Amino acid sequence: MSQPLVSLTGVSKSFGEVDAVVDLNLQVNAGEFFSMLGPSGSGKTTVLRLIAGFETVSAGKITIADSDVTELAPFDRPVNTVFQDYALFPHMSIQENVEYGLRTRKVPKATRAKQAAEAIDSVKLAHVATRLPHQLSGGQRQRIALARALVLRPKVLLLDEPLGALDKQLREEMQVELKKIQREAGITFIFVTHDQEEAMRMSDRIAVFNEGRVEQIGTPEQVYEAPKTKFVASFLGVSNLFSAQIAQQLFGSSKMVNIRPEKIRLLPIGSKITADEVGVSGEIIEAAYVGANTIFSINTESGMRLSVTRSNQELPDQINRFKSGDRVLAVWLKSQIATIPN
Amino acid sequence: MSTLISTENNRPISSYLFKRSKVRLIGLLALPMFWIVGVYIVSLFLLLITAFWFVDPFTSLVRPGFTLENFISIFTVQAYLATSLRTLLIALAVTALCILFAVPLGIYMAKIARPWVRNLLAVAITLPLWAGYLVKLIAMRLVFSEQGFFNWAMAPLGIRGPGFSIPIVILTLTYLWFPYMALPVFTAIRQIPTNLFDASSDLGAKGFFTIYRVVLPLIVPAIIAGSVFTFSLSLGDYLAARFTGGKTQMIGSIIASNINLNPPVAAAFSMVPIAFVVIYLVVARRTGSLERM
Repeated sequence: MSQPLVSLTGVSKSFGEVDAVVDLNLQVNAGEFFSMLGPSGSGKTTVLRLIAGFETVSAGKITIADSDVTELAPFDRPVNTVFQDYALFPHMSIQENVEYGLRTRKVPKATRAKQAAEAIDSVKLAHVATRLPHQLSGGQRQRIALARALVLRPKVLLLDEPLGALDKQLREEMQVELKKIQREAGITFIFVTHDQEEAMRMSDRIAVFNEGRVEQIGTPEQVYEAPKTKFVASFLGVSNLFSAQIAQQLFGSSKMVNIRPEKIRLLPIGSKITADEVGVSGEIIEAAYVGANTIFSINTESGMRLSVTRSNQELPDQINRFKSGDRVLAVWLKSQIATIPN
Repeated sequence: MSTLISTENNRPISSYLFKRSKVRLIGLLALPMFWIVGVYIVSLFLLLITAFWFVDPFTSLVRPGFTLENFISIFTVQAYLATSLRTLLIALAVTALCILFAVPLGIYMAKIARPWVRNLLAVAITLPLWAGYLVKLIAMRLVFSEQGFFNWAMAPLGIRGPGFSIPIVILTLTYLWFPYMALPVFTAIRQIPTNLFDASSDLGAKGFFTIYRVVLPLIVPAIIAGSVFTFSLSLGDYLAARFTGGKTQMIGSIIASNINLNPPVAAAFSMVPIAFVVIYLVVARRTGSLERM
């Protein structure tokens, strides 16, 4: 693995009595799409602002490209930021907005006009260059904010929930486009979001934040399939968590375990199961058809609530067979149980 | 049924007005229109007319008529012209000083200060407005008189104040009118989203660059609003010059000394500050500063 480009060592940040970030260690590799995922107030935006330099650390060290930036002002750091509400300068035209960073670097007028025009063109908005920000749609402003940051060719681009204000369809288009831009420019992206689907869809690695700490860092697959904590299991996707006590009774595990709803099959009560499977009987209390899938809620005999997702493509018969009120056997492979170490 | 809404008309005036929107409008505007047209505009208009009258050299009585002598004297009498220019420069200097103090203070108050510091400063800025005008003049006199606080405090450094003169008039007027600049500037800076400061810094700008390229353009309307006060109030003032200016004469001084002797000249001179303010606003408009208000 290559040398980390951004490295946070023992970083803490408190605002008065409130600890926003506690003893954080984090490494982001060059060229990586790295997401910081967590609920609001989990400290992910604070970490982004610490990397950008808008806040100073209470303790710890931040290095970017092997140089210590802990004490540097934002204007001296090789990073740029795309803000949640874009933060375009309302009195400047789009062209002037994109030129702003070049102007602070004293790039000659002709060069900076050319570079800015290219950047605006690269997000396909050349036709709005002379307009003011308020004359643009949300999606257009978002792309200009991106162009304004990318024109400076930063080592790291920081994105603070940049898609949060867009509607669903535009959001999905921008996810694809952002990913494409990141690949083509080869710039490291550090992306803050509270949307787990967005994080999984775009990221090479995800850091899951909760209450100022990182609960787990890993690829989307790792954090989904092998969550290290109960919080990670329940924050990413839907989980069926078994406490250590119930897990002990059912399959002899001494730790809490999780099974994802799409890994559970439903069989008629009394069906035979193999030795590498686990079966729990219960009653369907709801069967909700949601297009691609049907989502079942099952009350087990041990008093647990199981969520089961079955693809309508795979199992058309079962959908017809099982209805609310039916008693079923919920079955899954032992190998698909994720043990939660903490 | 008794629960039905009564069709009997027990509010005759309201019903009458409801049907006649013009009468309603007249009722609404009667008082303010009387004030604006009857008192304000008519008196200004009378002032303008008087400026064209003249004083009978034999009887010393004001005679109605039409002469441009009074206006011509503003340009031809050396002392009058010098006073007009001096007043203009004093008013511009006061406005410039107010802007110079208000912008950094506004940035501090709006974006940096803790809430209690901000409130304290807001009170400190507006406090002089509560004190009477003369009280403030006396305060300035006490500070800058020969035996005053300034000379006493600066004596160990070998610095002596300039005595009552133009610089002290400028300081006094700045002291008097500063709240009118500071408050709109503070309010305008408060409305600038904080992340614009972050964005500017993120894009490589240092403090002065951000103030010059981001803050100032966004608060131009507030600066113009504030400067209309600091500029026009300074142009019209004469007590500051009288009590803290030594021999300094301003337009107001000329108006005051002619108000009984030669009312037409006083009236003509009253037009000068008005003309300056109108020119100022036209220039501000021409530069396009007001377009994004």
